[in-house]
Amino acid sequence: MQPDYAIETKDLGRIYKIRGPKHKGDAKELIALNGATLQVERGELFGLLGPNGAGKTTLIKILSTLLLPTSGSAFVEGMDVTRDVQEIRRRITVVSGGETSGYGLLTIEENLWMFARFYGLDSATARRRIDDLLNVVGILDRKRTKISDLSTGLRQKMNFVRGFISDPSMVFLDEPTLGLDVTAAREVRNFVKEWLRNNTSRTILLTTHYMAEADELCDRLAIVDRGRVLACDTPENLKRRLQREAVFNLKVGRLGHKPDKSAMIESISGVQQVTVSEQNDHTELNLILAEESVLGSVLSHLTQRGSNLISLEKREPTLEDVFIQLVGRRLDEDTSHTTGGDNG
Amino acid sequence: MAETPRIQQARGVRLFWYTMWARAYPRLIGITREKSWLFFETVLPLMATIAYIFVYKALQAPPDYVGFVVVGGAMTAFWLNVLWSMASQLYWDKEEGNLELYILSPGPLMAILLGMAVGGVFMAAFRAVIVLTVCSLLFGVVYQTGSLLLLILIFVVTMTALYGMGMLFASVFLIGGREAWHISNLLQEPIYLVSGFYFPVKSMGFWVATFASIIPLTLGLDAIRQLLFTNDPTLGFLSVELELLILVVLAVVFIAGAAWALAKLETIGRREGRLIERRR
Repeated sequence: MQPDYAIETKDLGRIYKIRGPKHKGDAKELIALNGATLQVERGELFGLLGPNGAGKTTLIKILSTLLLPTSGSAFVEGMDVTRDVQEIRRRITVVSGGETSGYGLLTIEENLWMFARFYGLDSATARRRIDDLLNVVGILDRKRTKISDLSTGLRQKMNFVRGFISDPSMVFLDEPTLGLDVTAAREVRNFVKEWLRNNTSRTILLTTHYMAEADELCDRLAIVDRGRVLACDTPENLKRRLQREAVFNLKVGRLGHKPDKSAMIESISGVQQVTVSEQNDHTELNLILAEESVLGSVLSHLTQRGSNLISLEKREPTLEDVFIQLVGRRLDEDTSHTTGGDNG
Repeated sequence: MAETPRIQQARGVRLFWYTMWARAYPRLIGITREKSWLFFETVLPLMATIAYIFVYKALQAPPDYVGFVVVGGAMTAFWLNVLWSMASQLYWDKEEGNLELYILSPGPLMAILLGMAVGGVFMAAFRAVIVLTVCSLLFGVVYQTGSLLLLILIFVVTMTALYGMGMLFASVFLIGGREAWHISNLLQEPIYLVSGFYFPVKSMGFWVATFASIIPLTLGLDAIRQLLFTNDPTLGFLSVELELLILVVLAVVFIAGAAWALAKLETIGRREGRLIERRR
């Protein structure tokens, strides 16, 4: 019988013990995952969106059997990640951004062949798959290049092929386009979409920093922060949450180094969220307002503070706005002081 | 669109076999890829061996001592290979991100380690053969062996035990979390001294020789010397038969220990989440 979900977690938790210098007291605890509950359907491309330290990589490590949870439960294709380790490993692969795996003196083809054999592929099948997949990502002509001679983009494409060579049921993509140029990232995204189109019962779990990538690729996504799942829905439904609100992007004269400028604007009645970023010659404000009429109060407040309006744009809500509303800060704001951990 | 049919994946013994040879491959092919390696792995070790030969010649030691040094110099290649390409290898693989992929794959970790060992034996054998051939020709070493079969058996069992120890070290180094090359450095020179690479281990005295026998090369080398240079059997530490028996026991203990340590390694890694994290 097919399991209900490709991935299912219930109140999943993971606490790391951080050892300080010796003889300096007990180990500190760091909560990387805090009661994460998720269900991912078969055939879905499911995204995890969150800042560094949110718990995304920890979740992937638990689901891929690299790490044990400290509480709760997790199932991959109906199998328990704590017990059915070998069977899960036969079905999954992991590709991470910025990977440096493989052996530099081997060629692309040889490295891929080696990993294919670890998954039990016979040599002829492995070589056929290598050619097919290298052709899809457009580097078949480089298959005899040593990987020590590859650029970051080519190396990541090779890593991508490694992730799909064993014909997995489920692929975990952890920041797969990290460090890639725009063209390479687009090719990688196209490859992912094409693979799911041709393999409708396979599942992909994607973590990413890039909102546009999550928006473009994911059937559904979960926004996570500090180990908690804050929201889980389709990108459209998540954005629809802000449909009633008005989202504005304002450029005004520099507000200068006023530490409380966000708080000042947020204190205006009807302002739900504001993010402020100082540019060279102006200040940029992203506002989520309860209704459009609140904009007048914001503008008069800014005028009173001597800041002139340069431009104003009303725009459709993005995932970034949803994220800011849920988390209270932008995705690229550093949170490592509060959570830290293993890259998430 | 129709779903692409799933690809068949081998299981059990076949998967073990595939994994082992796949991991051995980088080492086997590496011999032909790195031209500088040929120089460093052949010419430099020859110099060390030749230096010892001249010391014995200057001291007017019995002619067999030249042969002892040549065989010891050849076997040194395997010891260095175990230290630097086996014991430290999982640590380096962790740093490069390969260990995580090994653990994630269904290929058994024991097959990965065995593949490293098989590849390592070939790499080191190349160096050993060069040392043995060149030095034997240069210094006219005369070998006399009564039983070629026993000689081969001793060599195979010694290598099995030695690389079994390397496999155990690979896991222990990683569990210990110490900088692997420091431990390798620590072990390299003292073992040269107590294992009798360049002189009969019997001359170190019974207790030192017994202690050094935990390193399979000590007894393996001693037995091989007894079989190759039969002029003065009193130079041997124990009888060849007893040394063979002890080597078999060491091989079983080290390989079983490696399997246990690997399982332990993975358990600790999954529980604490630290063994696969890179430090650089």
